[in-house]
Amino acid sequence: MSRLARFLFAGLLGGTLATTPIAEVLAQQVAAKSSAKLGLGRPALPEEIKAWDTDVRSDGKGLPAGKGTAKQGDVVFQEKCASCHGEFGEGAGRYPVLAGGRGTLKADRPDKTVGSFWPDVSTFFDYVKRAMPFGNAQSLTDDEVYALTAYVLSMNDIVKDENFELNEKNFTSIKMPNAAAFYPDDRETAEKHFWKKDPCMKDCRTAPKVIGRAVSVDVTPDSKAGPKVD
Amino acid sequence: MSDKPSADILNRRRFLGAAGLAGAGAAFAAVPAIATEAGKPDPLITEVQDWNRYLGDGVQSRPYGSPSKFEKDVVRRDVAWLTASPESSVNFTPLHRLDGIITPSGLCFERHHGGIAEIDPADHRLMINGLVDKPLVFTMEDIRRMPRVNRIYFLECAANSGMEWRGAQLNGCQFTHGMIHNVMYTGVPLKALLDEAGLKPNAKWLMLEGADSAGMNRSLPIEKALNDVLIAFAMNGEALRPEQGYPLRAVIPGWEGNLWVKWLRRIEAGDQPWQTREETSKYTDLMADGRSRKLTFAMDAKSVVTNPSPQAPLRHKGRNVLTGVAWSGRGTIRRVDVTLDGGRNWQSARIDGPVLDKSLVRFYVDLDWNGQEMMIQSRAIDSTGYVQPSKEELRKVRGVNSIYHNNGIQTWLVRADGETENVEIG
Repeated sequence: MSRLARFLFAGLLGGTLATTPIAEVLAQQVAAKSSAKLGLGRPALPEEIKAWDTDVRSDGKGLPAGKGTAKQGDVVFQEKCASCHGEFGEGAGRYPVLAGGRGTLKADRPDKTVGSFWPDVSTFFDYVKRAMPFGNAQSLTDDEVYALTAYVLSMNDIVKDENFELNEKNFTSIKMPNAAAFYPDDRETAEKHFWKKDPCMKDCRTAPKVIGRAVSVDVTPDSKAGPKVD
Repeated sequence: MSDKPSADILNRRRFLGAAGLAGAGAAFAAVPAIATEAGKPDPLITEVQDWNRYLGDGVQSRPYGSPSKFEKDVVRRDVAWLTASPESSVNFTPLHRLDGIITPSGLCFERHHGGIAEIDPADHRLMINGLVDKPLVFTMEDIRRMPRVNRIYFLECAANSGMEWRGAQLNGCQFTHGMIHNVMYTGVPLKALLDEAGLKPNAKWLMLEGADSAGMNRSLPIEKALNDVLIAFAMNGEALRPEQGYPLRAVIPGWEGNLWVKWLRRIEAGDQPWQTREETSKYTDLMADGRSRKLTFAMDAKSVVTNPSPQAPLRHKGRNVLTGVAWSGRGTIRRVDVTLDGGRNWQSARIDGPVLDKSLVRFYVDLDWNGQEMMIQSRAIDSTGYVQPSKEELRKVRGVNSIYHNNGIQTWLVRADGETENVEIG
């Protein structure tokens, strides 16, 4: 609150230029509301930050010390991951496929796997450490996460040697095949023509014909049982 | 994809039955007879009814009120085959049974990646760390002592209408457009929390992280964070629902729902985006050339007619209310146009109710229907001059594999008997 406002406020309450004690207290409280800091919250302790700050960035920031080979990862994977993702990362049911799919991104049915699509290997490490195995998150050791990362890289032929050891030092040397294929949102230029001055209101097109019907596709749920999906 | 009329009728009957429209199998012509035969007195008027004679339940028989038992079929629905497990899945808001602009809290669609976290607010903590002067921990009590604001915003999942890229797939606006809700949030501007910790000058991005078993994390540019992002603890005047992030969630107005981290436990400041799973392998838009757009945050202007629609066919000739909703992640809705003849001629709809920034608006066309077949579409125009494109225009730029951000114009075919279907026209 500005000095002038405070003065006016005090004057309003007090009725005179000489402020009464009550007006002064109120004015101070109002002023406190606009101060920059509220003084709420308490300092986060280093142990607390360490417990929660497990994120790993694409430049390697946040990687813990640790190591694991593709071969070691295979063992962990078969025990803790294969029931959903399949023995070779091919995916069970509707669970994500982790391997294969290279060269399909322009195809009618693209196969977006870690190898064919993911731009950064750090994403795999960050995600597996925080969220996997599904239903038992944060139960893997750092070495297990390194080993699983090495294994998924080998599944996708990004590393060829099953004895390849991934660790915090060589981690950022791994380049993902599809890394260069991502670009920032360009809708405001690439789709500039969607900003139209006067959209047509009369006689805008020829008579339309129905060319597809949802009822023919027949995938709308009408009970708990859905159609089979390959 | 052959059109077999007999199978279609069967499907429709099954579907409408599930949607609770008893008597959907009855012929259209029979509908007006629901009232009574002309000239014969209506027993609902001439005879004393139970509710008219006997005492009803007293106060406190329903300490937390629920909708009438006659509204049982107004529920969220899922598409069971869409996802691998219900804990990492989505369900859909029943748009065809709602009106106005506010979505009731219990009908707001759900999207979880590791199930619903159940957190006692006394056990919840929010940490701010990274590129800040003073890393801090807040309790819910701390957050409730900060100056708060009330704002109405839509939240739309980036994958809303994602099933429809290749053509008409799901027969109901609940399924084609139901990954959206619109509620009033109460919370604290994120800026106030960041000011407490003090951002360092090189803090350009934030990472928001959830306390759920998915540890959901997304990167958010600092300009947006300081502009209009809220950290909310209430929706529609009461505490957030567990499935909407109780006790604390992020509100990122106009931007894709995946950024609105629920069960928010940590905000880290950094100098670049993290490239998390949800912003690289998911929520990136694969184009026809095999390249992918990333960081496509804003939700393009969009609209849909909710009535009539496949789950809400027309039951009467003559007067009818056509209604729907429109929204834009870039500002307010300036106008909504409606066509009844598949886009040959358009008329501007009547918008009623508040027109707010990054909120749903409700539109109406008060209609006299003579039983002629209609191809109904709506088209939203926002305050930036963006005009909702046709699906064809959209596919021309983006192909059919991008999954996310499908805001193409929806077509409903209303047949002479009032039954309505999701169709693609050309």
